Amino acid sequence: MAASSTSPSPAPSGHQALRPNTAGTSAPSARMGEPPLGAIGMARPRVEGMAKVTGAVRYAADEPMSELAHGWVVTSTVTRGRIRDIDTSAALAMPGVLGVLDHSNAPRLNLDAGSFFGPDGGMHLLQNDEIPHSGRPIALVVAETAEQARSAAMALRVTYDEEPYDVDFSLEHPAARPATAFFGEDATVGDVEREVAASTVAVDERYVTPEAHGAAMEPHSATAWWEGERLQVVDSNQGPFLVAMTVATLFHLEPKQVRVRSLHVGGGFGSKSGGCGPQLVLAVMAATMFNRAVRVTLTRSQVFQTVSMRPATDQRVRIGADADGRLRAIDHTAAFEVSKLADYLENCTELSNTLYAARAIRTRRTAVPVDILPPYSVRGPGATPGSFALESAMDEVAERLRMDPLELRLRNEPRVGPVSGLPFSRRNLVTCLREGARRFGWATRDREPRTRSEGHLLVGTGMAATSFSAGALPSTASITAEADGGFTVAIGASDIGTGARTALTAVAAEALRIDPERIRLLIADSDLGPAWSAGGSRGTTSWSWAITGAAAKLRSQLAGATLPLTVSFDTTESLGALPPMERHSYSAVFCEVTVDPATGEVRVRRLLGMFAVGRVINPLLARSQLVGGMIMGLSMALHEEGVRDPATGRHVNGDFAGYHIAAHADIPDIEADFVPDYEPGDPSGIKGVGEIGTVGTAAAIANAVWHATGRRHRTLPIRPDRVLEEPPPR
Amino acid sequence: MTDYTRSEIHLCVNGQSHRLNVDNRRTLLDALREETGHTGPKKGCDRGQCGACTVLLDGRRVVSCLTLAVAADGSDVTTIEGLASDGELHPLQQAFVQLDGFQCGYCTPGQLCSAVGMLAEHAAGWPSAVTTDVSAEGPAPELDAEEVRERLSGNLCRCGAYPSIVRAVLETASRAEVTG
Repeated sequence: MAASSTSPSPAPSGHQALRPNTAGTSAPSARMGEPPLGAIGMARPRVEGMAKVTGAVRYAADEPMSELAHGWVVTSTVTRGRIRDIDTSAALAMPGVLGVLDHSNAPRLNLDAGSFFGPDGGMHLLQNDEIPHSGRPIALVVAETAEQARSAAMALRVTYDEEPYDVDFSLEHPAARPATAFFGEDATVGDVEREVAASTVAVDERYVTPEAHGAAMEPHSATAWWEGERLQVVDSNQGPFLVAMTVATLFHLEPKQVRVRSLHVGGGFGSKSGGCGPQLVLAVMAATMFNRAVRVTLTRSQVFQTVSMRPATDQRVRIGADADGRLRAIDHTAAFEVSKLADYLENCTELSNTLYAARAIRTRRTAVPVDILPPYSVRGPGATPGSFALESAMDEVAERLRMDPLELRLRNEPRVGPVSGLPFSRRNLVTCLREGARRFGWATRDREPRTRSEGHLLVGTGMAATSFSAGALPSTASITAEADGGFTVAIGASDIGTGARTALTAVAAEALRIDPERIRLLIADSDLGPAWSAGGSRGTTSWSWAITGAAAKLRSQLAGATLPLTVSFDTTESLGALPPMERHSYSAVFCEVTVDPATGEVRVRRLLGMFAVGRVINPLLARSQLVGGMIMGLSMALHEEGVRDPATGRHVNGDFAGYHIAAHADIPDIEADFVPDYEPGDPSGIKGVGEIGTVGTAAAIANAVWHATGRRHRTLPIRPDRVLEEPPPR
Repeated sequence: MTDYTRSEIHLCVNGQSHRLNVDNRRTLLDALREETGHTGPKKGCDRGQCGACTVLLDGRRVVSCLTLAVAADGSDVTTIEGLASDGELHPLQQAFVQLDGFQCGYCTPGQLCSAVGMLAEHAAGWPSAVTTDVSAEGPAPELDAEEVRERLSGNLCRCGAYPSIVRAVLETASRAEVTG
C-alpha cells in the first residue's frame, strides 16, 4: 500500500479554478474491481472554502430564526459561598423581558449526567444556591432582544454569603490524591531509585504550566426549541451525537427526543467537547420554560469563565543516564488541578510511557481538587504539558552529558513499548528526527549555549521529539446509492475547522471508486447515528473507518440491486478485533529563537516540524492543521497564561487583551512536512493530525531559549519579565 | 411621544440601501447581523480585541463591534458578503481558498475585510510600526511578509492559519502590481 509522499504537492496555485481540483478522475461507476482513484493523498482546497470566504456559512449564532428570544447569562461575582438572594423585581419590569431563570425555578436536572470521567457538576447549573467557583452561571435573563436581556441582567440584585475558597494549586497540596486511572494504571517498571543512583548524570527538576484555554474564535452559542415532543438544538460543539446523548440524560429525555446539529463550528480545541456546554444547558432550560426558541451566546469573558480549560500542572521529572547517553531511569510525577465538581485526567505521563527506552520507568499522576470550574481537554491533553516537562528534562540531560540532544534521543529508541512491552505498529520517530535535522541544518549547531549573537540579540536553537496516541473509536456510517448515480454518505461527524468534510469526501470517493463530485456528504447532525466526536485526534480515523466499511458493504450488494439502496456499517466489532499495540503518531520539532536580553522578548524565527502521521488524506489541509498546532504550541510557550488571582480566586485575564494568543506578528513562516508512514491497524492507513503539532513545540522553544541565553525556563509561559536580564555593572 | 432610545438611520450595505430604526445601544455589528441579515461579520469578542467583525466603513477597515450603528448613519458598509462582485470572487478570496488561508473560517470574514483595507492603506503610502523610514519624503514601504504580519495583527486566528494568510495576501498584492 502506498504511503504518503514525502513532499506533498503544494496547493494548486491557479486562481481560475475554484471548484475542488478533481483532475484525473474520469467518473467511473462504482463497480467492483476498479483501481482506487487516488482521491486520498491529493491536495485539494476545502469543499466549503467558497462558502467560508463569502460569509455564506452559518455558525450556531448565525441561524436565522423567527420568534427567537435571547438569553443573557449571569455569573457569580464571588468565588465560593451561597446565594442569599436574587432580586429579580427590577429586571422583570424592564421592557421585553420574558423572565429570569435561577435555582429557584429552573428545571431539575439528572445529576448523573457528565463526561467519560463520571458525573460533571459543571453541567448541573441552577440546581441549588451553592457557588463552587468564580464565574459560575447563576441565572439566565430571557428577553425579546439581546440588548434587553443584557440590560435586565445588569439590573439583577444578587447577594451572597461568602465562604473561604482554595485555588492554591501545587504538587504538595495536602488534598493531592492519585488521579483516576482512566487511561491505564501508573507505570512501575524496574527500580527507579537504584537506576538513578547508578547514573552518571541525573536531572531532577520541576516544570510548571498554567491554566490554558482553547479560546476558539467562535464563542459558544446554542439555540433550542421544542417541536412537539422533540427538542431541536443548534449548538457549537465537537460532536453532535455525544452532545445529544448528554442532553437526553441531563434533561431526563429519551435519546430519540433530542436532535443536535452543528453544521459549522468556529474552532474547538477541546473547549467544545466534554458533553454539554453551559450555553446549551441554559438554552434548553429556557426553551422549555418559555416554550420559545431561545438563543444563548456566551460573551468572550464568559467563555473564559464558564468553559473548561486545560488545568495548571506542576510536574517533577527525574532522568538518570549513563555517560554514553543511555537512559537508566525516567521518573515522572505530574500533578494537575481538578474541580471538586467533576473528575478528570490530564494524562501528562503519556509520552514518558512510550517515547524512550529506560531500565526503569515510574509515572505517578496526581489530582489536586481546588475551587475552580471543571478542567477538561485542550489540544493534546496531558501530552502537551507532559511533553514540555519530559522534553525539557531530556535537553537538560544532554546539557549535563555535553551531548547533542538529537543524538541523545536517537540513542534511546525502544524496540517495544518500554512500559507495555507491546510491539509498535509503526514507529517512525527516527526518520522524523533525521530528516528534520537535515532540513533545519542542525549539524552545524554550537554545543555551548550563549555562543551566537546578532547585534544585541542572542540566537539559539532547540528541538524536541514527540508522540501522540493514534486510533479510532466506534462510529456508524450509512451510504445510499441513489437512482441518479450519486451517493449519499451520512455520518455524525463534525467539522470544526479540521477539514473533515473535505477529507471524508475523499475517503468515501476512494472507498466507492467514484468521482468525489458524485458524493453528497451529510455530517454534523445527531440524527445521522452514533459517531465519535472531533476529539483525541480520532475524528477522521473513526469516521473514515465507518465510511470505508459501509462502502465495501455497499459495493458487494450493488450488482443488480434496485436503487436507492442504503447500507450501514458500525465499526465497534472491527475495532474490538484489533490486536493491542503501541500505535502513535510521531514528530520532531526544531526551532530557532532570538532573545533580547534588554527587553526579555523572545521571538521564534524558524519553526520546522517533521511528522509521521500515517497516510495523509489531503496534504494541503493536514499541513494547515499541523502548522496551526505548532502555532498553538508557540503561543503556549511564550504567551498564554490563565491568571487566577489569589486575593479573589477569580480568573483575572479573561479576554483577548489579557489572555494573549499568538497574533500575525508573532508567527514566522513555519515548515511542516511528512515522512512516509502508514498505520496498519487502520483500513485507510491513517492516524490523526489534530493535536501532535501542538505537543512538542513548547519544549523545543524552551530548549532554544536555553541555548540562546544559557538559562533554563521551567515555568511557562516564557514571559519577558522572566527572561529580562540585569544590565552588567558599569 | 418621541422615543429617545431609538433612532432612524440609513446604511448602504454592499450597495443596498437600508433604512433602520435602531436601539441607540445597538452596535453596527449587531445591526448588520440582526437587522440587515449580514451574518458574515462575526462577534468573536464584542470588544475590539479579535477583529472577526471587521468591515469596511466608507472604504476604511473598522471593528464593527466598537462602532455604534447610529454613528455609522449615512455610511457605505462593505462586509465579507460584498467583496465578490458580479459572482466573481475578489482575488484575495480566491487566494484564501487555494492557499488554505483558514480552517474553521470564523475569523475569515474579518481577515479578508482587514486585508482589503490594509492593501488600500499600503497603496496610499501609509507606514506601519515596522516601516523603517516613516518620513514624509521616504519611499513607499515595500509590502513584505513582516509588513503584512504587522498590519494584520489586529485579526486573531486561533486555528493558526497565519502563514497561509500572509502568503495569500502577498501573492494577491504581487498579482495586482503585475496587472497594474
